[in-house]
Amino acid sequence: MSKLLSSDKSTVLFLGNEAIARGALEAGIEVATGYPGTPSSEVIESLAGVARERNLYVEWSVNEKVALEVAAAASFAGLRSMAVMKQNGVNVASDFLLHLTASGTRGGIVLVSCEDPGALSSVNEGESRYFASMLEMPLLEPADFQEAKDITKWAFELSEAIGNVVMLRSVTRMSHASGNVTCGKLPTKRRKASFQYDGPVMDSQTGPMISTPVVAKHLLRQQRLKDVQRMFDESPFNRYTGPAKPQLLIITSSACFLYSCEAVEMLGLEKKVGILKLATTWPLPSKLLEKTLRKTKKILIVEEVMPFLEENVKVMVTGIVDRIGIKTFFGKYDGTLPSVGELNPDIVADAVGRILKVKRKSLPADYQTDVQKTAALIPVREQTFCAGCPHRASFWNIHNAIALDGRKGFVCGDIGCYSMAALSPATGYHTMPTLHSMGSGTGLAGGFAKLGQFGLDQPILTVCGDSTFYHAVIPALINAQHNRADITFIVLDNAGTAMTGFQPHPGLSVSALKDVVPAVDIAAICKAIGAKVAISDPFDLAATGRILTSFLADKGSLKVLILRQACALSPEKKGKKTFDIKVDEALCLGDACGCNRLCTRIFRCPALTWDRDKKKAVVDEVICAGCGVCASICPQQAIVKTEVITPG
Amino acid sequence: MKEQNLTKTRNVILTGVGGQGNVMASRALAHMLVDAGYVVTIGETFGMSQRGGSVMSHLRVSPDSVKSPQIPRGGADVIVGLEPLEALRVLTVYGNPQVCVLYNSRPVYPIGVITGELSYPSGETIRNAFERLSSRYWEIDATSVGLKLGNPVLSNIVMIGALAKTGLLPFDRRSFEKEIKKTLSVGKYKINLKAFDAGADMIK
Repeated sequence: MSKLLSSDKSTVLFLGNEAIARGALEAGIEVATGYPGTPSSEVIESLAGVARERNLYVEWSVNEKVALEVAAAASFAGLRSMAVMKQNGVNVASDFLLHLTASGTRGGIVLVSCEDPGALSSVNEGESRYFASMLEMPLLEPADFQEAKDITKWAFELSEAIGNVVMLRSVTRMSHASGNVTCGKLPTKRRKASFQYDGPVMDSQTGPMISTPVVAKHLLRQQRLKDVQRMFDESPFNRYTGPAKPQLLIITSSACFLYSCEAVEMLGLEKKVGILKLATTWPLPSKLLEKTLRKTKKILIVEEVMPFLEENVKVMVTGIVDRIGIKTFFGKYDGTLPSVGELNPDIVADAVGRILKVKRKSLPADYQTDVQKTAALIPVREQTFCAGCPHRASFWNIHNAIALDGRKGFVCGDIGCYSMAALSPATGYHTMPTLHSMGSGTGLAGGFAKLGQFGLDQPILTVCGDSTFYHAVIPALINAQHNRADITFIVLDNAGTAMTGFQPHPGLSVSALKDVVPAVDIAAICKAIGAKVAISDPFDLAATGRILTSFLADKGSLKVLILRQACALSPEKKGKKTFDIKVDEALCLGDACGCNRLCTRIFRCPALTWDRDKKKAVVDEVICAGCGVCASICPQQAIVKTEVITPG
Repeated sequence: MKEQNLTKTRNVILTGVGGQGNVMASRALAHMLVDAGYVVTIGETFGMSQRGGSVMSHLRVSPDSVKSPQIPRGGADVIVGLEPLEALRVLTVYGNPQVCVLYNSRPVYPIGVITGELSYPSGETIRNAFERLSSRYWEIDATSVGLKLGNPVLSNIVMIGALAKTGLLPFDRRSFEKEIKKTLSVGKYKINLKAFDAGADMIK
């Protein structure tokens, strides 16, 4: 049995994302949708794993906007549903979200946004909480694993009570952290789906689901938000702990609550510092805040990414300052806390220490000095493509074609593991100088390609992964073809959404529920658009190189090259070597070769290392994935590949 | 050393390089400790960092309460390194004179070292640093044991076996056996138990 279906009252270790999934199950969710993105993916993955047993419909949607639309349909039909995404996914979904919060909803619907302070697995430090205030929808932020479950469950009730979407915000240190969770009951009753639409226009239960009459519905949404505020004032998830008259009041939410508790404990200030933990951060629980703010004059607001809480608390205080007196605020605005990056207990402890002039107990001075000296000896570990990664071979091909062409061509980048080519430029052989949102590489390439009349004479290339192709590339590709943009568009097709854990996408014939489904063929779409299409294996350097060189020379049209080779970590490939790779020491000339250590200095595969004593290349058998590409690049043919025959 | 019951929070950091089975090891460990009645919090750094980068799990074992998923600097009680350099890197941030360290001696070279731009400290330099900066350390060639058992990735379980034998955390072979019975197939279960025993044998 799945851990997610543990019995009532049992205590289990859940990942924050699993706790959210369990909360949804306890609420009796019927439909769950999402698009993979770290740190959100495990919510949908774990629900998909129990979908059969719990009779759920779970899908990996083509993108976040469609995910929210599919979830909303379930809500309109009276079911409970959830759409899950990472922070920038909310941007993608936002156009529909704006209209959805205007039309209102029926069955409980929760939008889960898992954010990534410090951009540990992102190319942005996005913040979606402002959508909650902008679109006037309730915002909940669980502060531990038990709350992640309990608050998710509550979010569905809240959504039904106000007839609108509720947003739940998690962060990496909640979604990708784990802790004890005591389970509640899983419901046995199922709802029946039915969509009523012939009632009065202002009747949210029976009328049409539209945002008009706009002003009247807008007013209704605001009135309901006032009801929400009253519920939030009473919510047991908002909690003050600390002395009756603290010297400093910390107001915080989410994982920052755990950092704050730890900081106060580290400094031994439990009798001097109070903590108000808010689980409901929009609308703010004004009565509770007023009561708590009366306790002291100094307030520190601890939160990650943007100063959302700080701004809203300050705005609220300006309206009641005559009742509660003048306060001094510390937070991101005055620089007490950093305005960027993720927080941790140390940063919070240092901030509290500075405000109250308390010093932390430190390690012995000689230990610290030794640590600093030792740290200086430790080389950084740069991120790179894995051993056997098809992207390394693809970028090797791209680099060589651009170099042969000689007109300073470049690649407009996109989002996936191949983003590494931009994040760590030597990994992509310095070919990919732009990186923005999903699909934007193709849009940018189409734009660059139209700059010929202003003198731009550089070949324009762009890459995207197979999942990204469906997510947001298709409109940009159609735009490029229709406007005669001369670009070489390369699909790095590694047969799955590799970066986030091999979730299926529309190009595969399997769904989230492991059903056999129609695969939508990338080549067929590109051909239908009217592009020239070629398919190659990136590990075949000669064939791929020929196609790329001819594409760069072929001016005036949209060319598509699909590079197909499964990810080295994919379940079908992982741990299986195609080739055994060895360096023939007699053939490797080392420094005397004249290749200038092409294999280890330039190719940069983590499995191909340099023996400093022998001054020759050597393959690390533990790390080598046996792709065999390095054998094609050695001018001495000193890297020897032998096909591995697997029995059976 | 005897298994003990914890009366205060014990902070453990498991570290290594993406692909070494760091996350699997920390979760297996955490499940055993939850079953033993502790409140466990794990903070993991993975996602993009699994692509050849440093991976780290913070494991906090408390008798009574949930903790921050990030351990404060200087706050580790135990460091388990699946790779020597990563163990040392963690020590320089989270170490203190009382910390105990258990590390796999087999290096995974960073790209900067492979290209020749950076240098990897010698085994001797690393050993000396642990000698000076920890209260106790064990160096184990876990990867070789894994290779002998047929898969280098078993080194993570070798390390868990060794950790059990040190008595630094309240779990033993029985709890490990119970845990992997729940999650692994029969074939994998046997080889993992072998790896665990081999690790335990390496702690004298």
